[in-house]
Amino acid sequence: MLRDITLGQYYPAKSIIHQLDPRVKLVTTMIFIISLFVAKGITGYAVATLFLVMAVRMSRVPFKYITKGLKAVFMILMITVVFNLFLMDGEIELWRFGFLRITDKGVRTAGFMALRLIYLIIGSSIMTLTTTPNDLTDGLERLLSPLKRIHVPVHEIAMMMSIALRFIPILLEETDKIMKAQMARGADFESGNLIRKARAMVPLLVPLFISAFRRANDLAMAMEARCYHGGEGRTKMKPLHYESRDKTAYAVVWGYFLLVTAITWFQRQYGVMLL
Amino acid sequence: MIRAEELTFDYERLDEEGNVESKKRAVDHVNLHIRPGKFIAVLGHNGSGKSTLAKHINAILMPAEGTLWVDGMDTKEEGKLWSIRQEAGMVFQNPDNQIIGTVVEEDVGFGPENLGVPTDEIWRRVEESLGAVGMLKYRHHSPNRLSGGQKQRVAIAGVMAMHPRCIVLDEPTAMLDPHGRASVIQTARKLNREEGITIILITHYMEEVVEADHIFVMDQGKIVMQGDPRTIFSRVEELKRLRLDVPQATLLAFELQKRGIPLPDGILSNEELVDRLCQLKSKM
Amino acid sequence: MSIKVKDVNYTYAENTAYEIHALKDINLEIPDGQFIGLIGHTGSGKSTLVQHLNGLIRATGGRIYFNGRDIYGENFSMKELRSKVGLVFQYPEHQLFEIDVLSDVCFGPKNLGCSREEAERKAREALRMVGMGEEYDKSSPFELSGGQKRRVAIAGVLAMEPEVLILDEPTAGLDPRGRDEILDQIERLQKERGITVILVSHSMEDVARYVDRIIVMDHGQVRFDDAPAAVFRHYKELEEIGLAAPQMTYLMHALREKGADVDTDAATVKEAADAIERWLRNRLG
Repeated sequence: MLRDITLGQYYPAKSIIHQLDPRVKLVTTMIFIISLFVAKGITGYAVATLFLVMAVRMSRVPFKYITKGLKAVFMILMITVVFNLFLMDGEIELWRFGFLRITDKGVRTAGFMALRLIYLIIGSSIMTLTTTPNDLTDGLERLLSPLKRIHVPVHEIAMMMSIALRFIPILLEETDKIMKAQMARGADFESGNLIRKARAMVPLLVPLFISAFRRANDLAMAMEARCYHGGEGRTKMKPLHYESRDKTAYAVVWGYFLLVTAITWFQRQYGVMLL
Repeated sequence: MIRAEELTFDYERLDEEGNVESKKRAVDHVNLHIRPGKFIAVLGHNGSGKSTLAKHINAILMPAEGTLWVDGMDTKEEGKLWSIRQEAGMVFQNPDNQIIGTVVEEDVGFGPENLGVPTDEIWRRVEESLGAVGMLKYRHHSPNRLSGGQKQRVAIAGVMAMHPRCIVLDEPTAMLDPHGRASVIQTARKLNREEGITIILITHYMEEVVEADHIFVMDQGKIVMQGDPRTIFSRVEELKRLRLDVPQATLLAFELQKRGIPLPDGILSNEELVDRLCQLKSKM
Repeated sequence: MSIKVKDVNYTYAENTAYEIHALKDINLEIPDGQFIGLIGHTGSGKSTLVQHLNGLIRATGGRIYFNGRDIYGENFSMKELRSKVGLVFQYPEHQLFEIDVLSDVCFGPKNLGCSREEAERKAREALRMVGMGEEYDKSSPFELSGGQKRRVAIAGVLAMEPEVLILDEPTAGLDPRGRDEILDQIERLQKERGITVILVSHSMEDVARYVDRIIVMDHGQVRFDDAPAAVFRHYKELEEIGLAAPQMTYLMHALREKGADVDTDAATVKEAADAIERWLRNRLG
């Protein structure tokens, strides 16, 4: 299960999306997420779907790989759907059992909620799959650099993120190893009630924390040995420049956002609600 | 290149209020002199102080007493810190815990970025260093997918890109399989021979040091033996007492000597021993 | 007590782009009381194989029998198997977690349902077996030296009183004396208790000195399975699969090539010294 988390995993390929400036991808993802909350009704989501499909196709990342990220959040998705399904009050009752009831509005909201979450995950997965974590943090660092003026340690935050991303796969592998080592000593991580299960985690978590601290210590030393001393006076191996394709991408994205907003506005204004 | 005078270091254990509770001497009045361009090996069992000594060369640790100079620069001088670390690079034991970048070439670029090297020059250095360690074709790979030996070579490239004059390798092969070990040692030898970089190799594996120019043996924070490999490895029993070993050919020659077969001290390789044994035969 | 591995196959991530056929048609019989060396380069499948033997990985094809019983059978208890087939992973000290040495070693026996007293008795016995004196029982495992931590971790598996003990590179990262000490202790244990030991190793020199059978793995298959001398006779093939014979094997062959009439099966320093001495004495007449 641990291996299914694709978030933060780069998928190497040569595509237009891969080549885009990370800032463009970050901004696009933000806009896309906002658009999901702006969009109402089928027309809006149709446009969002079209945009997403286009991005997926252009990224050249196999669709199967992108959806792997969904497995990890399946539970959250189910909970959201169930809550909306049963708790949303609507006019037409479709099903009833005791105090539980499902209404038309519940189905609609649950459906859109699920769609919104799925799109959100897919959208951000495309970003992380097509951008190396270093590019991503570089992009973030640049986008947030105005905050330096109010003494936000932007460079340090970006560096921490980058390191965290590099060590996620290593720590996952380590978790797997320690789990197996403790299982070889008869540990049981699966059976028992919640308290038993929680207590069974101690032999896994203690070694994991110790290992994480040891790694952090080693890494800090290795970084210092290579003359790391914060962001000051540092040059970039891959400085960020906007190319013409980045400008085109911005235009497309803003076009998309305006379209979704316009549709929503139109629906509101004239009460045209499809579905 | 590197000179130590009465170098001493203690690990301090602090109690809850931050007062020194106990001290453990890790390096004890060490004097040494390493000339540029040499291939130096430091041997010693676990806890003999060899890693602590190594960390002084890179100014990660500061001596409690005595002085260490790297290329004439005193490591205690704060203003020289970055020049010292640039001149004396360091490769550590665990390949996973020293790679910072998520792509091979970005990791190699990390050092030059910190030094403020212009972008074009960084690219040139990255290519040159990856080429020197034979990892150029993996430049776009994720370090997580490389073998241990390859990761260590990337780490060496990362140091090379800072254009050091000296590289300290602190047990770089301890976590590798024989293949990885051989490739790392070969790389270190090549950099020493072709680029003239001073190599200080810290290791447990005797086979890796038979071709070194000079060997230091440490025990309890002190340098207890030094000399060329032949001198060192002719003292088999002393090395065994220090929890160390000798190459297998040396051990065999020593065993045969004990059985009364006339062989010289300090034989280092199979070829040498075979030649000696065959000469014996013809004399008889 | 025996383990029988029959036509075992294992495929990682079946039916995906990352599919790896890690084990291919493995057939092995491991009788009682043998000291076995399992050799192969990184990625040859040796670690995957040993994890099958105590049920941590389930074969995608084939059967494994422990004392004649199918471990994938319905009423077979994996927990019991794991107590009988003890597996010590690489860098086992990374699994230590308790506040003191004794409690940590008790973890295994307690999981098997032993009472506190019984668990402590077994733990003490195991600690003495690996050469850790009583004075360490109450120390924190994190304050020990590297070699001592390793011993405590090995004791953690020994305390479960396994009949088969598998050690994955138990000497990695230790200094030469530390390596010898651990291996000597394992050998003594094997002789005194009569348990089966499987030693996973990269070092041909170590293996040559201790084991009476070598299994060589390559690309998920068993390439050789024989007595050490017989395996080392294939030293050229061993090189082709990225391994090497012990140093002494090369030396003896080099001597033979120069016309010396020596026994080329000598693989340890002692055996080589004996063989060379014999040859020289013959020459002298």
